[in-house]
Amino acid sequence: MTEIKADHVLDSKGLACPMPVVKTRKEIDKLDSGKVLLVEATDPGSKADLKAWSERGGHQYLGVVEDGDVIKHYIRKASEEEANEETTHENKVNNEQLKEKLASGDVTLVDVREPAEYAFGHIPNAISIPFGELEARLDELNKDQEVYVVCRTGNRSDLAAQLLDEKGFEKVYNVVPGMSTWDGDVDSEQSK
Amino acid sequence: MPIQTVNVKDVAKKLLNKEELFILDVRNEEDFEDWKIEGDSFEYLNKPYFDLIDGVDPIKDQLPKDKDIVIVCAKGGSSQFVGEMLVEEGFENVYSLEGGMKAWSEHLEPVKIADLTDGGELYQFVRLGKGCLSYMIISGEEAATIDAVRMTDVFIDFAKEKGAKITHALDTHLHADHISGGRRLAKETGATYWLPPKDATEVQFDYQPLNDEEVIQVGSSNIHVHALYSPGHTIGSTSFIVDDQYLMSGDILFVDSIGRPDLAGKAEDWVADLRETLYRRYKEVSSDLYVLPAHFMNNSEMNEDGSVGEKLGNLYQENHGLNVEDEDEFRRMVTENLPPQPNSHQEIRETNMGKISPEDDKQREMEIGPNRCAIK
Repeated sequence: MTEIKADHVLDSKGLACPMPVVKTRKEIDKLDSGKVLLVEATDPGSKADLKAWSERGGHQYLGVVEDGDVIKHYIRKASEEEANEETTHENKVNNEQLKEKLASGDVTLVDVREPAEYAFGHIPNAISIPFGELEARLDELNKDQEVYVVCRTGNRSDLAAQLLDEKGFEKVYNVVPGMSTWDGDVDSEQSK
Repeated sequence: MPIQTVNVKDVAKKLLNKEELFILDVRNEEDFEDWKIEGDSFEYLNKPYFDLIDGVDPIKDQLPKDKDIVIVCAKGGSSQFVGEMLVEEGFENVYSLEGGMKAWSEHLEPVKIADLTDGGELYQFVRLGKGCLSYMIISGEEAATIDAVRMTDVFIDFAKEKGAKITHALDTHLHADHISGGRRLAKETGATYWLPPKDATEVQFDYQPLNDEEVIQVGSSNIHVHALYSPGHTIGSTSFIVDDQYLMSGDILFVDSIGRPDLAGKAEDWVADLRETLYRRYKEVSSDLYVLPAHFMNNSEMNEDGSVGEKLGNLYQENHGLNVEDEDEFRRMVTENLPPQPNSHQEIRETNMGKISPEDDKQREMEIGPNRCAIK
């Protein structure tokens, strides 16, 4: 099993509740919004509780991986900017239009979410390039082709589409809203 | 400031005495909905501890000042965490439940049912947290258990206190809602473990087949345990008539409900057996027998002394499940709209068959939740 990338790791192995949640509460303050925290726990009670705590706090509970006795929780810190539904980039498609496009043939689809978000579920054949790495990895994409950009809510992909536009990509489409309401096929490196 | 604690025995006493108590349950809502400490005079507030990490302000105003508050969580850690914050806020009437629901699930309350022939005694062990009922017959220096649960130390120590040694461990059937202690008792004490052979076709260990009409003698006195084949909850389900007075009905007949035939996935096949047992076989035994089931569903089934049992004759008058004349209606009742199956019932059956051997912690986790063995 390939390790899912996280920005920060919290070790709460061997601790019983409430400590995994208490420590997560403290640790998440140290992260920048939108970054991913991996909480390693061994208390089976942490499963339901960390998920519920995350969701109530507005954080994104990405998923859990069980590795022997260790329960690995992936939590993405809440990001207020992403709550903003306004997008700037002009060329947009909705999820249904993307589905049609995918059905019609070869499409370059870039998923700009964090690697952990991608690992817990992404559209088949989507290329994972987190927004923070996009500028450095432009040579992986073909400027002459149509490029569709997707994230969770359409916000990061909007920024990504603008960046690609600036860099000379002419046929860039932002997928709105994106994965938060995606009901088509999904590939996952991990079972949720 | 440290918080005072209370143990499950104290809470059990309050429950049995119908004392008032305020339960602050800090587990998540789903777990609370699924299963909690049920007391007739208890009040409840459920607020998950993870909503209180930044302080107890959200609940301060909802807690009584004039009544004892017992804080309950899964294992006792989170209740202490929340309790300490409440103490800081000036609450003096809060107690953290030691060991939480885990300890509650494992607590057994022994209740004496009767004196038997020649100085023998019959005890019922009420597992309040799960609604399981186990039994011990003591006669001279010997004891027999019926449907003993996983906490075998309790039975071994109890017998020892009474100057007896467990020589027989009997199960009425292969349980699906809790892990049987029968096999472990046999291993720890040298007792003979009896199981109905029709429930034991897949078991991976040696056992003594418990056939219809088998008579087991306990001690040197004349206390007999008489087996009565009574299928329907499982294909092998067997009842016991003890000392010609008590009918251990297993999961076939309860005080206010009847057994369900579906926990091995064979409701349609077993419904006719259930009907036959309840409407014919049990009618052939004396209606003066006192029925002692393997479960109860809620505290209303409990007698004043905390025991659970009722005369068979009275059950034929009052228990709805024994009064459905129409066979089709009975079939529908026990095969349709059944309550959800007990948590982990398949894994529990496999453990009881010896096919899997989970660690103690895992066994605890598998048993979490209510028993759900009955149809009302």
